[in-house]
Amino acid sequence: MVFGIPPGLFLIAGALLVPLFNGRWRKMYMLLLPCVGLWYLAGSQSGTFLPFTFLEYAIVPVRIDPLSLIFGYVFHIAAALSVVYAWHNDDVIEQVAGLAYAGAGIGAVFAGDLITLFVYWEAMAITSVFLIWARRTDTAYAAGMRYLIIQVGSGVLLLSGAILMAHETGSIAFEKMTPGSLATWLILIAFGIKCAFPLLHNWLSDAYPESTATGTVFLSAFTTKCAVYVLARGFPGTELLIYVGAAMVLFPVFYALIENDLRRVLAYALNQQLGFMVVGIGIGTTLAINGAVAHAFVSTLYKALLFMSMGAVLYRVGTVKASELGGLYKSMPLTAAFCIIGAASISSFPLFSGFVAKSLTLSAVAYEGYFVIWMILLAASVGAFLHSGIKVPFAAFFAQDSGKRCEEAPLNMLIAMGITAFLCIAIGVYSPWLYSLLPYPVKYAPYTTSHIIGQLQLLAFSALGFGLLLRYGIYPRALKSLNLDFDITYRKWLPGLYRSGINLTRGGWQGILQELRNVINSFVAYMFRHHGPEGILARTWPTGSMALWVAVLLGGILLIYYI
Amino acid sequence: MTQQTPHTPDDSGRKYWLDAPGNVEKIFWGLVLLSVLLFLADALYHKHPYFGIEKAFGFYGVFGFCACVALILTAKIVRVLVMRTENYYAPKTEDDS
Repeated sequence: MVFGIPPGLFLIAGALLVPLFNGRWRKMYMLLLPCVGLWYLAGSQSGTFLPFTFLEYAIVPVRIDPLSLIFGYVFHIAAALSVVYAWHNDDVIEQVAGLAYAGAGIGAVFAGDLITLFVYWEAMAITSVFLIWARRTDTAYAAGMRYLIIQVGSGVLLLSGAILMAHETGSIAFEKMTPGSLATWLILIAFGIKCAFPLLHNWLSDAYPESTATGTVFLSAFTTKCAVYVLARGFPGTELLIYVGAAMVLFPVFYALIENDLRRVLAYALNQQLGFMVVGIGIGTTLAINGAVAHAFVSTLYKALLFMSMGAVLYRVGTVKASELGGLYKSMPLTAAFCIIGAASISSFPLFSGFVAKSLTLSAVAYEGYFVIWMILLAASVGAFLHSGIKVPFAAFFAQDSGKRCEEAPLNMLIAMGITAFLCIAIGVYSPWLYSLLPYPVKYAPYTTSHIIGQLQLLAFSALGFGLLLRYGIYPRALKSLNLDFDITYRKWLPGLYRSGINLTRGGWQGILQELRNVINSFVAYMFRHHGPEGILARTWPTGSMALWVAVLLGGILLIYYI
Repeated sequence: MTQQTPHTPDDSGRKYWLDAPGNVEKIFWGLVLLSVLLFLADALYHKHPYFGIEKAFGFYGVFGFCACVALILTAKIVRVLVMRTENYYAPKTEDDS
C-alpha cells in the first residue's frame, strides 16, 4: 500500500498528473512514481487490504502474497527501466499511457477478486493501445485497432465468466479454479487470449512491433506476464496447459526464424517464452510454479533488454528489418554488447538469468516424467537460442555489412540497457536472490556439472549447426517479406467472406429491383404506345370518319333488329 | 519517432578484426574445437540424468545439433508456405519500418 492507495491505482493516478509537469521535472516525476511504489511494496505485509462489499459481493482491491508480490516487484522495475529508456521522448500521450499501463498491470496482479481484475484487465487494454498508436502511422493505427478489439474482447469474456461464476457459486473471489463449468472456461479463454495461446496469439506479433521504439519496451513487460500470473493463480496444475504450452514453445520458433522485422522476431520469441511458463503452470508442482514465476521475472527483464536494443536500432537507423541491417556493431558497439547480454540470457547461457530460471521448469517437467514434453522444451531452448540468441544480434549488428552508419544510442537508452543487462547477469550469477522471492521455498542448485556441461553442449552444437547451415547457404536469408499467420483469418478471409456475402445479397436485391423496374417500364411503355402522342387511342380523327362509323353502327343495329 | 543521424561518422580508416579475411573462419573453427572439447568432456564427470537417454555419450550435443538443423529446415518449408510480399494486406501509404 502506497500512502494507503492500492499500488496499481497509485501509478495510474500518478500518471494522470504527468502533464502538469514540464521538461526534466516531468521525467524525474515519472521515474519517482515506480521507485516509490517499489519501495513501499518492499516493506509491505502479506494480506488483503481495503476490502468492501458491493451488491453483496466482496471486493478485494489488494491482495499481497508471495505470488503477487514477485510480479509486483518486476513490474515496478520494468516500469522504472522503461521510463529511463524513454527519457528522451517528449510525447506526453505515450508518457501517460505507458505509466498508466504499468499501473493497470500492477493493479491486476494485486486484484483479489474477479471484478477488480476485470477493471484493471480492461484498463491495461485501453492504456496500452495508445502506446501502439503513438507510432502515428496508418499501419500502427490499424494494428492498434485489431489489438484493441481482441484485448477488450478478452475482458468481455472475463466479465461474462465472472458473472456466471457469481451466479453459480455466489462468490467472485479470484482463487484456484478447475476448468469444467462454462464460467471457468470463459475465464480460461480470457486469460488465454492475453497469454497468447496458439490461435489466440496473433495480436502479440501483429501489434507489438508496430509500436514506437520506446512503446514496445513498455508493452513487452506487462500484459503477457500478467496473464502468466493469473494462470498461475487461477489454473495451476491444469493438465491441458502442459500441451497448450508445448505447442506455444514450438510453433513461434519457425516464424521467428523466417521473420524479417527483428522486433517481430522478438515478439514471436516472447510468445515462445510464455509457452515455457504455461507448461510450468500446467505441471503445477511447487517446483514448476516456481519455475514459471522465475521465468516470468527474468524474461520480463531480458525481453525488455532485447526490445530496448532493437528500439535503439530503430531510433538511430529508422528500420529494424534484417534485410536492411548488418554490421552495426561498428556504429553501436555498446548497444550490440547489451543485445548480446540479452541474447545470452534468453538462450540460458550459464551465468545469465535465463539459465537459473529455465532449469527449474525443465527439472519440474522431468521429475513428473513427461518425456515428450521435456524433449519439446529442450528443442524449444535450441529454437530460442537460434532466433533470439543468434539471429537478432547477428542480423542487426554483424552479418553482411549494410554500410549503414549512425551514432551510438542516446545516453538514457544506454543507461536503461546497462542496468537491465546488469540485472540479467546478477540474477544469473547469484541465483539465491531470485529464488528467495519465489512463492514457494526453493531447494534447487542450478549450477551442477551435469547442468552446465549439458547446457553448454546444447548451445555449442546448435551454434555449430547454425554456422554450418550459414556456411553452405542453407540458412534462410533475410528477405523483404511478410509471413501469413493466423491473423489472415480476420485480416483477409473473414472480411473477404463478409464482402462477398454483401455483394451476393446486394446482387440479389439489385436483381429483384431490376425485375420490378422492368415490369413497370413495360407497363409504362404499353400505356405510352396506346395513349401517348402517337398512340392509337390518342390520335385526332376527322369528323367524317366518325359520322361514317356511326352510320355503320346504326346500320348494324338496324340489321340485328330485323333479324 | 525515428531519428536518423544527420552525419555519418567516417570509419573508413578504422580496421575491424571481423573484417580481416580469415577471421570469420577462425571463429568457425574455434566453435568446432569448442564443440569437440565439450563433447569429450562427457567422459570426465558423473551424470545425474532424469531420463535414460541422457546417459548417452554427448547426448545434449547431438540433440542440440539435430534440433538446430531440424528447426531451420522446417522453418524453410514453413517459409515456402507462408511467405508473401510486404504489402500483402494493404499497400502501405508511407514507409514504416
